[in-house]
Amino acid sequence: MTALTSPPREPTSPRRAAVRRGDRVFRGLTLAAGVFTLIVLAAIAIFLIVKALPALRADTKGFLTTREWLPDASPSVFGIAALAFGTLLSSALALVIAVPIAIGVALYTTDYAPRRIATVLGYVTDMLAAVPSVIYGLWGLYFLIPHLVPVQSFLARTFGWIPLFADPDNRTSVASRSIFAAAVVLAVMILPIISAISREVLAQVPTTSREAALALGATRWEMIRTAVLPPSRPGLISAVMLGLGRALGETIAVALVLAASFDVNWRVLTPGGNSIAANIATKFGESGNTGREALIASGLVLFAITLIVNLAARAVIYRSGAMERSAAV
Amino acid sequence: MTLTAPTPTPDPPASGGQPAAAHSSRLTAAHVGRLPMLAAMLAAVGGTALVFVVTPLAGTAEFVLVSLMLAVVAGTALSWRVEGRRRAVDRLATTAATACLLAALTPLVGVIGYTVYRGAARLSLSFLTHSMAGVGPLDAGGGVYHGIIGTLEQVLIASLLSVPLGLLVAIYITEYGHGRLATAIRFFVDVMTGIPSIVAGLFVFAFWVLELHRGFSGLAAALSLSILMLPVVVRSSEEMIKLVPGSLREASYALGVPRWRTILSIVLPTASTGITTGVMLAVARVTGETAPLLLTAFGNDFLHLNPLRGGQSALPLLVFQQAGSAYDVAIARAWAGALTLITIVVLLYVAARMLTRRNTLARR
Repeated sequence: MTALTSPPREPTSPRRAAVRRGDRVFRGLTLAAGVFTLIVLAAIAIFLIVKALPALRADTKGFLTTREWLPDASPSVFGIAALAFGTLLSSALALVIAVPIAIGVALYTTDYAPRRIATVLGYVTDMLAAVPSVIYGLWGLYFLIPHLVPVQSFLARTFGWIPLFADPDNRTSVASRSIFAAAVVLAVMILPIISAISREVLAQVPTTSREAALALGATRWEMIRTAVLPPSRPGLISAVMLGLGRALGETIAVALVLAASFDVNWRVLTPGGNSIAANIATKFGESGNTGREALIASGLVLFAITLIVNLAARAVIYRSGAMERSAAV
Repeated sequence: MTLTAPTPTPDPPASGGQPAAAHSSRLTAAHVGRLPMLAAMLAAVGGTALVFVVTPLAGTAEFVLVSLMLAVVAGTALSWRVEGRRRAVDRLATTAATACLLAALTPLVGVIGYTVYRGAARLSLSFLTHSMAGVGPLDAGGGVYHGIIGTLEQVLIASLLSVPLGLLVAIYITEYGHGRLATAIRFFVDVMTGIPSIVAGLFVFAFWVLELHRGFSGLAAALSLSILMLPVVVRSSEEMIKLVPGSLREASYALGVPRWRTILSIVLPTASTGITTGVMLAVARVTGETAPLLLTAFGNDFLHLNPLRGGQSALPLLVFQQAGSAYDVAIARAWAGALTLITIVVLLYVAARMLTRRNTLARR
């Protein structure tokens, strides 16, 4: 396409020179804008590092292994261990809940629903991705947590022998601001994103492949299993990773659902848990200078984690070339 | 998709590799209508009733859940018996996909429904026209007027910053950039979409507030929002510019119009509907952003019109702050604010979608 649309080369004349100048200026302008975005991205990394350093120097214990968060105390003691643990555990749990459902929804819209219903479903799921996170947080705190009591006590009773679901002090019979509740809210929040991207990935599989499978006598499920899912795999993996990135960085919903605590709590049904992002939101207002720099340091870790996840997801997409980039992400 | 959808019960290969299955499935097409399935469902409900009588299980929700599970088991078993394994698995997959859809839509619709239910109880005209000035922690009055104004200012400034910049970047990527630099910009714009909003807020706090000593302000909030908007604007504009047919550009070149004027007066106007949709979706997304505002706008109980200096409130920020309170009056305000916010976002979204519809019509 680019070869076709290049303007023809012209012999030099005063008017042509003006045209060339206009083109050069405009091209320079767009180039500057492009480079500027790269600079912004670099500046984010640089300023987070620079502003985090004083706090990291003031920290009297290991930043990566300490659980407490008392940066403004003297001596200053803070670390990311409990926060990073809570972030990773809640996001992983959210993925476990959301991914099968999201891919099921995507399959339903591409391969089961009639076209008109599929379009409407697409609009609805996309719109739900736009619901602000503070509203998911409100809903999680005041609706979900009380209504989750039967579910969590059922899980504790039935699967209590699994350490993850253990509840030795019987704390699941009342509303509990637990990692599990946070994970459910996160799952609801990342579901639209994962299913929107998955839908686009699945729709990329050519109709002819589907028809060929059906013509060979495959049932619809066999068609999906043999003709639709295999070529979509890289795209689906990156959809999941982009969802993971969202879950890791989600702030407000987690901050509302969890009560800030600084312990490494494996028992996901019992109260407790925190996340890096939520800790920034809850602690920022009450922090002093060192405290805020310490929060920047924790934000740097979050930035690094999400950057790695996103780079990996993009690399999968770019490598496979299975999916055209879409505006849905 | 209608092309590929198989008929409800398509005939499997009549005499393929599975003679036994083929035999039973010939029965299928003729005899397994709706009735046996309905019978299986009824049997499942009856079975559940029996289970509930003899075991300590109780409750309406549990009853529905257990009978649904039993119905799936019974339906699959019947299908397996009569139609064979392949058809049974296929039916199970259909049920699973439908169940996923319901499992996804229930909480999502529930969030909006519950917000409307709780918010409508408190929402009033005076809520929208009063600020929190002089409202004590236990007072029932007050409103979100100052937050609405703050959000409008912040989102407007963020759009003014990120839309022109984003358009230029999109033009560079689609029209000019071919080399390694363009690929890098594309890639990092993609990566930028994944930056957590709190990190954007932290960056503006570190840069604008700590390094440049500008203090908390609506402008700082707008800066962080524009970081979040920029990649969304670039990507949607890029998609739309790519859709503009090459023949339009060529026609313009043939008339001797220089490239930059072709882009500005042919390509962008052609893509404008789609670009506007993208911008509106980006606006809808950042309107609800809360996390970066905590670190940049910081909040204020009063109406603060000047975005350049001093803490400013915003609608989502206000909702978050009220939600964290221990008092019922504040929580009621949080829900009413949430309803206001969700209404604005949904209206923006619907408007954007209606533009899309016009867009596709124009293109056909």
